[in-house]
Amino acid sequence: MDLRKIEEIFFRILMFCSTVIIAVSLIIIIFSTFYKGLPHLTWEMISKTPKGGFYFGKEGGILNAIVGSLYLSFGATILAILFGLPLALFLNVHIAHRRKLVNVVRFVMDLLWGVPSIVYGAFGFTIMVFFGIRASLLAGIITVTLFIIPIMVRGIDEVLQSVPRGLHESSLSLGSTRAETAYKVFLKQSVPGVVTAILLSFGRAIGDAASILFTTGYTDHIPTSLSQPTATLPLAIFFQLSSPIPQVRDRAYAAAAVLFIIILIISILSRFFSKRYQKNKINF
Amino acid sequence: MNKPKINIQDLNLYYGKQHILKNINTIIPERQITVIMGPSGCGKTTLMKSLNRLTDLTPDCSVSGKIMIDGQNILNTTEDITKIRKKMGLLAQRPYPLPMSIYNNVAYGLRISGRKKRRFLDKRVEHYLRQVNLWNEVKDRLKEPAGTLSIGQQQRLCLARGLAVDPEIILADEPTSALDPISSQTIEEKFKELKNQFTIVMVTHILRQAKRIADYVIFMYLGEIIEQGPAKDFFENPQEEITKDYLKGLFY
Ligand SMILES: Nc1ncnc2c1ncn2[C@@H]1O[C@H](COP(=O)(O)OP(=O)(O)OP(=O)(O)O)[C@@H](O)[C@H]1O
Ligand SMILES: [Mg+2]
Repeated sequence: MDLRKIEEIFFRILMFCSTVIIAVSLIIIIFSTFYKGLPHLTWEMISKTPKGGFYFGKEGGILNAIVGSLYLSFGATILAILFGLPLALFLNVHIAHRRKLVNVVRFVMDLLWGVPSIVYGAFGFTIMVFFGIRASLLAGIITVTLFIIPIMVRGIDEVLQSVPRGLHESSLSLGSTRAETAYKVFLKQSVPGVVTAILLSFGRAIGDAASILFTTGYTDHIPTSLSQPTATLPLAIFFQLSSPIPQVRDRAYAAAAVLFIIILIISILSRFFSKRYQKNKINF
Repeated sequence: MNKPKINIQDLNLYYGKQHILKNINTIIPERQITVIMGPSGCGKTTLMKSLNRLTDLTPDCSVSGKIMIDGQNILNTTEDITKIRKKMGLLAQRPYPLPMSIYNNVAYGLRISGRKKRRFLDKRVEHYLRQVNLWNEVKDRLKEPAGTLSIGQQQRLCLARGLAVDPEIILADEPTSALDPISSQTIEEKFKELKNQFTIVMVTHILRQAKRIADYVIFMYLGEIIEQGPAKDFFENPQEEITKDYLKGLFY
C-alpha cells in the first residue's frame, strides 16, 4: 500500500473517531439531563412560582425562573442585535476599505469574547454600585448584552465576510448607498448565517449564570418591571443543585431540561422563519 | 470619432506601493463601443473600476489625475458618488445577481431611486427584460430567486438590471467570458444595438469579438496605454511592435 492511501485511511479514521466522540458526549449530556430531569418535570414545575416549602422539596415550581430567563435573554438578544448587527455591517460595508481599523475592531471583539462571563458580572456590579441601582432585570439585561455583543458581532461578521466582493461592487454600481448595500444586499445574502449567530448569542444569554449572579438577584416572584430583581434558570439550577435535599436536587435537572427545551424550541422556530429568506441566497 | 464622453488625464493608480495604472491619458467617445485590450494583469479591470470609483473599496488604493465625465472630474467632486455611479451600468466578468427575486433584481435600481408604484415597476421590468431578450424565458417565474437562472441568463439579467437605472455609460468587463457561444452572441448583438443610446466601454480578450464590435480600441500593457485609436486603424495598421505581436497572438 502506498503512503497516500495510508494517509487517507488515517485521516478517515481520525475524522470518524472525533465525530463519534463529539456526538456521543453530546448525547450523554442530553440523555442524562432528561433522564434525571424529566420524571420531575411536572406541570406544577413549569406553571407555578415557588411556594413556602419549595426549597424543602414541597409544592411550587420554577415559573419565576422560566419567565425571568426569557425576559432576560430576549431583552439582551434584542439589545445586542440593535447594536451588534449595525456594527458588523458597518465593518464589512462602510469601512471595508480601512483594513487596519477593521482588524483592530475584530481583535478587540475577539478579546472581549474571551473574557469570562464572571468578569462581565463583576463589571456590571461595579456599574450598578456606581449608579446606585440595585440588582434588577434591567441591570442583568445590560450586563448580558455586553457579554453577548462580541459573540454576536464576530459571528455575523464572519458570515458577512463571505459575501463576494463582486456582489458588493454590483450593488454600489447600481447607485446604492452604503446603507442600502448593507441592509438590502449583504443582510439578505447572509440571513441563515446571521440567524445562526443570533441563536448562538441567545443560547449564551439564556444559559449563563456567572454574569447575572450579582446583577439580577433572585426572587420567588415573576418580575413586573425592569427595576425588579428576577430569578433565572441557570441560577435556579445552581441553587437547587447545591441543596442537601434530594428532591430539590432532582428539580435542578428538571430545570436544566426546561432550559434545554427552550433553546430547542427557539432554534427550530427561527430556522423555520429564516427558511423563507434563505431561498434568495445566491450560491456563488 | 464622436464627441468625448469620458476624458482621462494623467491617471495614476497605486495599490499600496504597486504602481498599477501609469499615466493613463485617453478619451472615450460618446455612443460608440470602446474596447480595452491587453494581456492578463495589465490593469484593464482596474481602469474600468476607477471609472465608477469602485477602487474606493480596495484598501491602500491611491489615485491621482483626472477622470472627466461630462466635464466633471469624478475623482475630485462634491457631488454624491452614488449619483455618479448611477450614470454607469457595470457588467462584471461573471454575473452577480442580487439575493432576491428576478423581478426585484430589475426593480432594485428603480426602487432605490424612489420609483415604487407597482404598475410602473411592472411595466419597466418587462421593458428591460425584453430589451435583453430574457422576458420570454422568465415571464412565468419572475418571483423565483435570481440564483435559479443559468449563468447566461444571470448575465443578461445583470445587464437588464444595469439598464434599469437608466445609465449613460455601460462598463462591461469581459461580459461574455463565462458564457456559451450563443449567449455571447446575444450580448454582442445587444451591445451593437445599445450603442445608439449608450457609451459602451468593454474589456475583451477575444480578438475576433473586438474586431466585430469595436469602434475604438485602447491597448494596454503593464499598466500603460501602448496604443489607441479607431478600430480600423488599430487592427489593420498597428504602429507599435508590442501591439503587432499581440495581434499576431504571440503573447496573451
Ligand atoms: N485588490 C487588489 N489589490 C492589490 N493588487 C491588485 C488588486 N486588484 C488587482 N491588483 C493587481 O493589479 C494589476 C492589474 O489587475 P487587473 O485586474 O486590472 O488586470 P486585468 O488587466 O483586468 O487582467 P485580466 O485580463 O486577467 O482580468 C494586477 O497586477 C493585479 O495583481
Ligand atoms: Mg480583468
